[in-house]
Amino acid sequence: MVSATYILDLFIGSFVLWSMYALLAIGMSIIYGILRLINFAHGAMLMVGAYFYIMFLSMGLDPITSLPLSMALGAVLGVTIDFFAYRPLRGGPELSMLITSLGVYIFLENLVRIIATPQPRVFPLPEFLKGVYRYGDFSVRVIEIFTIVLTLVLFAALVLFFTKTKVGIAMRATADDLEASVLMGIDANRIIMIAFALASMVAALTGFLWGGMYGQVDPTTGFMPGVKAFIAAVVGGIGSLTGSVLGGYILGYAEIYSVGLLPPEYSGLRDGISFLILIIILLIRPYGLFGREVERV
Amino acid sequence: MRYAKRVLLTALIGAALLLLIDSFASGYHMYLIELMGIYAILTVSLGLTNGFTDVFSLGHVGFMAVGAYTASLLTFPLEKRPSYFPELPEILKGAYLPYPAALIVGGLLAAAIAFVIGFPVLRLRGHYLAVATLGFMAVVYSLLLNMEPITRGALGISGIPEYTNIWWIYLWLGLTIYVTWRIVDSYHGRAMIAIREDSIAAQSLGIDTFRYRLVAFVIGAFFAGVAGGLYAHLITLIDPRAFSFVLTFNIIIMLIVGGMYTISGAWLGAVLFTVLMQVLKPVEESTGLYGLVELIFSALLVAIMIYKPRGILEEELPTVVRRWLKAGEESKRS
Repeated sequence: MVSATYILDLFIGSFVLWSMYALLAIGMSIIYGILRLINFAHGAMLMVGAYFYIMFLSMGLDPITSLPLSMALGAVLGVTIDFFAYRPLRGGPELSMLITSLGVYIFLENLVRIIATPQPRVFPLPEFLKGVYRYGDFSVRVIEIFTIVLTLVLFAALVLFFTKTKVGIAMRATADDLEASVLMGIDANRIIMIAFALASMVAALTGFLWGGMYGQVDPTTGFMPGVKAFIAAVVGGIGSLTGSVLGGYILGYAEIYSVGLLPPEYSGLRDGISFLILIIILLIRPYGLFGREVERV
Repeated sequence: MRYAKRVLLTALIGAALLLLIDSFASGYHMYLIELMGIYAILTVSLGLTNGFTDVFSLGHVGFMAVGAYTASLLTFPLEKRPSYFPELPEILKGAYLPYPAALIVGGLLAAAIAFVIGFPVLRLRGHYLAVATLGFMAVVYSLLLNMEPITRGALGISGIPEYTNIWWIYLWLGLTIYVTWRIVDSYHGRAMIAIREDSIAAQSLGIDTFRYRLVAFVIGAFFAGVAGGLYAHLITLIDPRAFSFVLTFNIIIMLIVGGMYTISGAWLGAVLFTVLMQVLKPVEESTGLYGLVELIFSALLVAIMIYKPRGILEEELPTVVRRWLKAGEESKRS
């Protein structure tokens, strides 16, 4: 029978998944808002971030310095990719950037496969995140709490960044109307660089959380979370931060509860269910829950 | 029929070439040429939506999977069914069709599904449509994994009779190219291209954009379904992983590198992909750098998008050849 602790377990599980999908979806939304690019390669940034962390650890650094370093390296990589792959396509058709980002995804996955071998790597979690709290039947891992708290803090920080700082406001202006913001003296290329750096940094952090949650990473790790975040962003209305957060929640919730409450023989359908939600939402609101209809000329 | 002579001539040359290949190619090369033909059917039929109409679909492999499973179930030996599929639904226990009919039924089922999902999905535009069709593919994938009585889940279906040969594949490739060409070269094809270039202008000229999108989508799905049936009866073993994202990416790469705005570009992409794969695989194996092939292909895709976004063949092959010949004559004269 479904017990109260089981429901609580599912609740925590969906919260954790929500955190990670939402973090990725926010990154996708930031980039989409400014460039109208659905960055398929964003999932790969998660995987690369996790590998960067492992790399810094194996260089003998401690976890506290490895994490910021891996995030910084992720940001550098994001900006580099933009420079070589997306910048030459600015102003071209939207689809050509989507196709390019597919190419970038495959490129990153296979580059990691060559450098770090296709075998899954154990993801070493720092000591202070390893514990488990138990209350009777109910148990929760420290990394789960850490993920949820960190995500909430990050949301708050991002909201402040986008409403209070000059750069954040400039980013929103660029997303709103690129031409007008350029006329107002905003350096669009600089804003795009910052957007990629920010999104990739958050993705690398998500990679750390993802690796910590599941204990291992391999070169294909980024694919499914990337696609799910993509769905989350679209469901919520891509380009809208609130939408991404909500979309991530719907997706994480649906995934965990469809697996947890349906009979076990249907659990294999979880990926299918995410896409069904996407298709249904797109049909009811083609621009997502919080998306704005863009006029087409 | 002003095209009749040219079509007949091309078919004859093609048949002669196939006869040559059939009598001289070794088993392994034969297999490659067969696979190349199936890829070409997939790219040419995908070109109809992704290239000629503004429907950038990522769901082609889903239709291929539908065709593959349908055709395999229909030709599977009746006496082996009870032991191989113990929970098979009653209707499928006795449903048997000869191979050519099974291929067509597989294609028709894929087309029917395209018709049904086309109504909601084709209302979307641009990358929303790309995501939704990718979603369709993922739903098919997860259904194949989970409908165990019919698909045997992750185990897949093995022991499918090996009916497909080079003649069947290239007959269907010829048909795909012919149908696509006749569509693109007609009033309807012009309408599709008009939609691609500017859907609002096309609409204002009285073109029913939704109907053309749907027609392109359904016809593309039909040939993808047939390609699936051909593939299943060539490999004789199918499982859901064969129809995953990897194949989707590969077909997209072939189509875009070759040139998605032309029919010749579409099949040229399939040819290039197969040839390059053969050249690069030994390099990958001897250096032990697994993933090198994909790395090079993806870099190629990005480079093509930046430097030659319309692909290698921006015009149909006959046009290009004719221009070369003309240029050659002129340089001789001068």
